[in-house]
Amino acid sequence: MAVTETEQRIIRYNDAFNETLAELLREDPDIFIAGEDVGRYGGVFQSFAGLNAEFGDERVVDTPIAEQAIIGLGIGAAAVGLRPIVDLMFMDFVMVSMDQIANQAAKMKYMFGGKAKLPLTITTTGGAGLGAAAQHSQSLEAWLIHVPGLKVVYPSNPYDLKGLLVSCVRDDNPTIFTLHKAMLGSKGHVPEGLYEIPLGEANIVREGSDATVIAIGKMVPEAEKAAATLAEEGIDIEIIDPRTLLPFDMDTVIQSAKKTNRIVIVHEAVKNGGIGAEISAQIQEQAFDYLDAPVTRVAAPFAPVPFSPALEQAYVPNAESIAKGVRDVLHRNI
Amino acid sequence: MATKEQTKISKEVLFDLHRRMVRIRLLEEAAGQLASEARIPGFIHLYVGEEAVAAGGCVALKDEDQISSTHRGHGHLVAKGGEFKPMMAEFMGKATGYCKGKGGSMHISDLDLGMLGANGIVGAGVPIAVGAAFANKYKNNGLVTMAFFGDGSTNIGAFHEAANMACALHLPIVFMCENNEYAEYTARERVMAITDVADRAAAYGMPGVIVDGMDVVAVYEAARVAVARARNGEGPSMIECKTYRFYDHAGVSGLGRTYRSDEEVQEWMDRDPIKLFEAQLAKAKVMSEEEAKEIHAGIQAEIDEAIEFAENSPLPDPEADMLTDVYTEAS
Repeated sequence: MAVTETEQRIIRYNDAFNETLAELLREDPDIFIAGEDVGRYGGVFQSFAGLNAEFGDERVVDTPIAEQAIIGLGIGAAAVGLRPIVDLMFMDFVMVSMDQIANQAAKMKYMFGGKAKLPLTITTTGGAGLGAAAQHSQSLEAWLIHVPGLKVVYPSNPYDLKGLLVSCVRDDNPTIFTLHKAMLGSKGHVPEGLYEIPLGEANIVREGSDATVIAIGKMVPEAEKAAATLAEEGIDIEIIDPRTLLPFDMDTVIQSAKKTNRIVIVHEAVKNGGIGAEISAQIQEQAFDYLDAPVTRVAAPFAPVPFSPALEQAYVPNAESIAKGVRDVLHRNI
Repeated sequence: MATKEQTKISKEVLFDLHRRMVRIRLLEEAAGQLASEARIPGFIHLYVGEEAVAAGGCVALKDEDQISSTHRGHGHLVAKGGEFKPMMAEFMGKATGYCKGKGGSMHISDLDLGMLGANGIVGAGVPIAVGAAFANKYKNNGLVTMAFFGDGSTNIGAFHEAANMACALHLPIVFMCENNEYAEYTARERVMAITDVADRAAAYGMPGVIVDGMDVVAVYEAARVAVARARNGEGPSMIECKTYRFYDHAGVSGLGRTYRSDEEVQEWMDRDPIKLFEAQLAKAKVMSEEEAKEIHAGIQAEIDEAIEFAENSPLPDPEADMLTDVYTEAS
C-alpha cells in the first residue's frame, strides 16, 4: 500500500464490514442479506446497522432463529441466480446448520456433475475474549476446512476484512467469512470503495529470519506484539497470516519454512485436530529436510471455552504464550 | 374418482398426466431390474406406487418453476422433464449421466429443468426449495417452487424451520407431502402421534389439504389450486397425498417383511394409480386400452434405448474427473 500517513482513513473492523456490505449492496442488485436480527436491529454487534433502513426489508431480511433454514435460504437462492449473504450470528451455530453447509452447499456442485454454481457467502463471528463462554466463543475453522467445496476466510485486520469480504461475495462458491468478535473495535486503514484481496493468498505481515509464526485471526496482532518483545531479545521472527484457511497458501508457508527452518503455528481453537495439525503435516511432507526443530503449535487447551475472565484469559493464546512458543522452537533441535 | 373434475380437464392434460406416470413406472421397473442384476451399483430408492404425486404436482407447474426432491427422486426428475438416457447413465455411474456419474441415483438432478436435486439427507431439500422460492419473490419472476417430501421428513428440524420461514416470508411455494405411511422401515403411527401430516400446516399459518395420492386427477387439481395461490402472491400451502411405496425403502423387493404385511401391500397395489387412471380414461372414452398399450410400448422402447446408451457409455476417468467440479473456477 503506497499510502501516506495523512491519506490513511482509519476505521473500525466492524465498520469496515458494515461499509463493505453497503457498497456491495449498492453495486449488485442480486445481493441480499438474511439472518437473525440483521434487519431492523442491525445485528447483535451492530455489524449490519443502517443497511435495512437503506436497502429495505426485501434486501436485508430478518429471519426466524432457524440456522438450517437460513443456510438453505442462501443455497436455494444462489442455485437459481442470486448472490446471497447469509449470517450465522455466532460461529458456534455452524454446528446447528452443518448439514446445510457441509452436505448441501459444499457438495451440490460436485454431486450435480458441475452444473450448480453457488455464489453464497456465510458471515459469522468467531473467537473468545468477550466472556461469552463455551457456546458463543469457539473457533471452528478446522470443522470447515475438512469439507471439499467450501472456502474459509478469517481476516485479522480491517484492510484485509474489506478486500477478502468483497472476494468472498464475488466468488461463485460457498464461502464462510469469519469476523473475530473481540476485534470488532480494532482499527486500521481502509480505503473507500471496493477492492479485492484474492482468496488463497497469505500475507507476510513481518519478515524475519529466526523462526516463522503462522497466526490466524486475532492471533496475528498477538504475534506482532510477541515479535516486538522477541526483537528486544535479538530474535527476529517472520509472521505469516494465511487470511484464507481454505484454500490454504502452503507455498508461502513452505518458502518461509525453507528460509527460517523453524515453525510455530498459532490458533485460538483447541490444539487437538486443529488447523495447526494440518499445516504441520503439510510442512513435514514438503519441507522436512529444511526443519531444524519440530513444528510447534500454540493453541487452546483441550477444554471448552471457559466463562470466568480468569480462566478465559489463560485459555486463549496471547503474545506471551506465542513468544514462549518461539523460544521453545529456537532451543530445540532435530 | 374425480369424474366431474375430469370433464373440466383437457384431453391433452389427461394424456400428459398419464404419460408422466407411465414414464416413471417403466423407468423405475427397469432400474429395479438392473439393480437386482448388479448392473446399477449402490442404493436405489424406487418411486413405484407414488407416480400420481410427482405427475400430478409437476403437470400443475410451468417448465421454469422449480422443485426440490428426496431420496426417492427419480420420479420427480422424470415428472419435471428428465430424459431417460442421462438418467440411466447416471444410475450406472457413467460419464454421460446427468451428474457425470458423481451423484448417482440419490443425488440425481438437472438445474436446467428446475430440479434442485434428489437428496440423501431426509428433509434437507425443503430449506433449499424455500431459498429458490425466496429468489422467485425477490426477482418478481412469477415462478413457483414445489417442495416434495415424505411423511418422515416432517419430523426433522430442517422441515419445520423451512416451513415456518416460508410462511413468515410469505413465499411462492407449495409443500407437497407424499405420505407413504413409512419412514424408511418404520410405520408412521409408531413415530407420529397424528394421522394426517396436513394437520401440521395450520401450525405454520398455511392451508393444508389431504388428497388421495393414488388419484392423479385429485393430486393435479389440488396442486393447481396451490400453485395458483403461490403464483398470485397468496403464500405457501401444503398438500398431503396419501400414497404408498410398492417396494421397500431401498431395493427391489417389498413382500415378506416384518415391518408391514403383505395384505397391506396388496390392498394398496389394488389401487395402483396407473391402473386406476387407465380404467377411468377408458370408461370416459378418453384413452382406449389399445392406446394405453401403445403408449407403454413407446416409452418402453425409449427406455430400452436408454439402457443401451448407458451401458455403452464411458465410465468417468479417475485421473481426469476426480477433482473437477469441486469448485467453480473464476471466469
